[in-house]
Amino acid sequence: MNEHIALLIVDDEQIVRDSLTKWFREDGYIVGAAANAAEALRLLQEQRWHIILLDIKMPGMDGMELQQRIRDIDAHAIIIFITAHASVDTAVQALKSGAFDYITKPIDPDHLSHLVANAIKQRALAMENLKLKEQVVEFSKPDEIIGDSSQIKKVFEMIKTVAGTDTTVMIRGESGTGKELIARAIHANSQRRYFPIVTINCGALPEGVLESELFGHERGAFTGAQYRRKGKLELADGGTLFLDEVGNIDMKTQMDLLRVIETKQFTRVGGNETIKVDFRIICATNKDLELAVKQGSFREDFYYRLNVFTVSIPPLRERKSDIPLLVNYFVNKHKRAMGKEISSVSPEAMDILVQYDWPGNVRELENAMERAMVVGKSCTIIPADLPFQLSERNNEPSSGSLADMEKRHIARVLEEQRWNITHSADVLQIDRVTLYNKIAKYGFRKP
Amino acid sequence: MTPAVHILNASSLPLAELESVAETIRQLLRIPVSVEQHRLELERAYDSSRIQYNSSVLLAQLLSTQSNPTTGFAGRELHSRPDRKLIAIVDVDLYIPVLTFVFGEAQLEGTAAIVSTHRLSNAFYGVEENRSLLLERLTKELVHELGHTFGLFHCKQFECVMRSSTYVEEIDLKKAEMCKNCSRILLEKLHDG
Repeated sequence: MNEHIALLIVDDEQIVRDSLTKWFREDGYIVGAAANAAEALRLLQEQRWHIILLDIKMPGMDGMELQQRIRDIDAHAIIIFITAHASVDTAVQALKSGAFDYITKPIDPDHLSHLVANAIKQRALAMENLKLKEQVVEFSKPDEIIGDSSQIKKVFEMIKTVAGTDTTVMIRGESGTGKELIARAIHANSQRRYFPIVTINCGALPEGVLESELFGHERGAFTGAQYRRKGKLELADGGTLFLDEVGNIDMKTQMDLLRVIETKQFTRVGGNETIKVDFRIICATNKDLELAVKQGSFREDFYYRLNVFTVSIPPLRERKSDIPLLVNYFVNKHKRAMGKEISSVSPEAMDILVQYDWPGNVRELENAMERAMVVGKSCTIIPADLPFQLSERNNEPSSGSLADMEKRHIARVLEEQRWNITHSADVLQIDRVTLYNKIAKYGFRKP
Repeated sequence: MTPAVHILNASSLPLAELESVAETIRQLLRIPVSVEQHRLELERAYDSSRIQYNSSVLLAQLLSTQSNPTTGFAGRELHSRPDRKLIAIVDVDLYIPVLTFVFGEAQLEGTAAIVSTHRLSNAFYGVEENRSLLLERLTKELVHELGHTFGLFHCKQFECVMRSSTYVEEIDLKKAEMCKNCSRILLEKLHDG
């Protein structure tokens, strides 16, 4: 049944309106009819019409002009023009203006049925496509970049500025700061988001392999090349090529890549065919490229080609105010993945996390949180759940005395054993009474 | 009120042959069906430029039919008798102005309908005449248009008689019966009526 499809007939001839209304009603459509453009526009304001049959020649505003108005109201409506006399000009004009098709009066009933059925199918596909695109946008959203500090806000601003352009972007930042996340955010907000973002870790591949990975190879290009293989450059066509650790690319590949960036064409290893590609380059490095240029290990022309727009990600120690946000984000993320009930971090543990310098940046913080959630037994993460070196570093400076060492050691064991006296006494290899005495002596209190 | 169908024959088909058609429809719809000879002023619906007959004009004519002494019912009277369905059979080529042709036309949830044998006949397509096939197609078209008068829409079921047919081979593909869903709707309509 077609009861949910609304079809509007706009024709100045009443007999045409009546005939078509009757015909489509028998098919179960919701049918409306308008004798002129004004009436049609009024009906369009009142409800949505999925298919509009539009007479080209009408007194006053004609069908072509009305079509433009309709498009302003509903860009997805399918318009089929009706014309009394078919001519190539009219047909071309109608189709160029975005109409689905046109029909000539009198209409063959079989043709009309199929035309409208196809129009409905096309509309359904267009709607599905739109929905899928929206879903893809959802999927292509990278892991949220977390932070509220002025430094990270500046990074957000830069992403927003550069994403819509096709400019080459160089992302700089220490290891673990989330350079790939930024690259994905730029891609996800660019015009190229419906095409792939292809990542290649230039530091992880030896010279010959990197060349083959980038450019692909023909069958027999080298020993072991049994099949033709597309390279990352080809795979990134239409999308974004993310060159991670770009500072590790050897001089020869730098030269080859520079040529590709400039000409947008290349040949596969061992091949003759010129392949044209269209991609945007985003690269990332934690190296001092300026120094590498000075030392001659990085080509100057390649450097200038890549270093068009730079996004610098501050290390985590320079945006400590973001740590609590990141910690809570990771707790929620891993809580879902692990199916654990851990929902908070104790103030003491949070203090330790904020004070630590995080040389491995966000990646190190995430790992620490993941570990803490694995070992954590209660619904709150406590200092004992954190990696040993973290809680150690945050302890007060030791005076070096034996008593001080004993106090610190007992405190740590108690935390690790969650104040289970029997277990703690076992670990310390003392009896429970002695442990109670030590607890009293050092003034420990159960948290 | 028990609904009843009156088949008004304005074609050259003999009444005796239409009696068997009426009997089939009676069995399919389970309502009384009568057949009688009728005269329509075809020339009033003729369009010389198209060499076809406007089915809407004939439908209007059917509704304004004056009392017929031989049949005992009055056309005008039918407006107040929604239980009565009038369906005319003609053998001229029918059209509605915007379409090149129609096999028939019906008032949706109304009283009257019309069916033409013109394009149901093999002769129209240059193929050898087949009388039983013609009557079979006619039966399907009569049931189809009557279905519209009872308020039924076109059906997507491949074999249902209410499936829209825009060429004769499509009529041959479907059955004379309604699918379960259309039968259920028809029953409800008959019950409500």
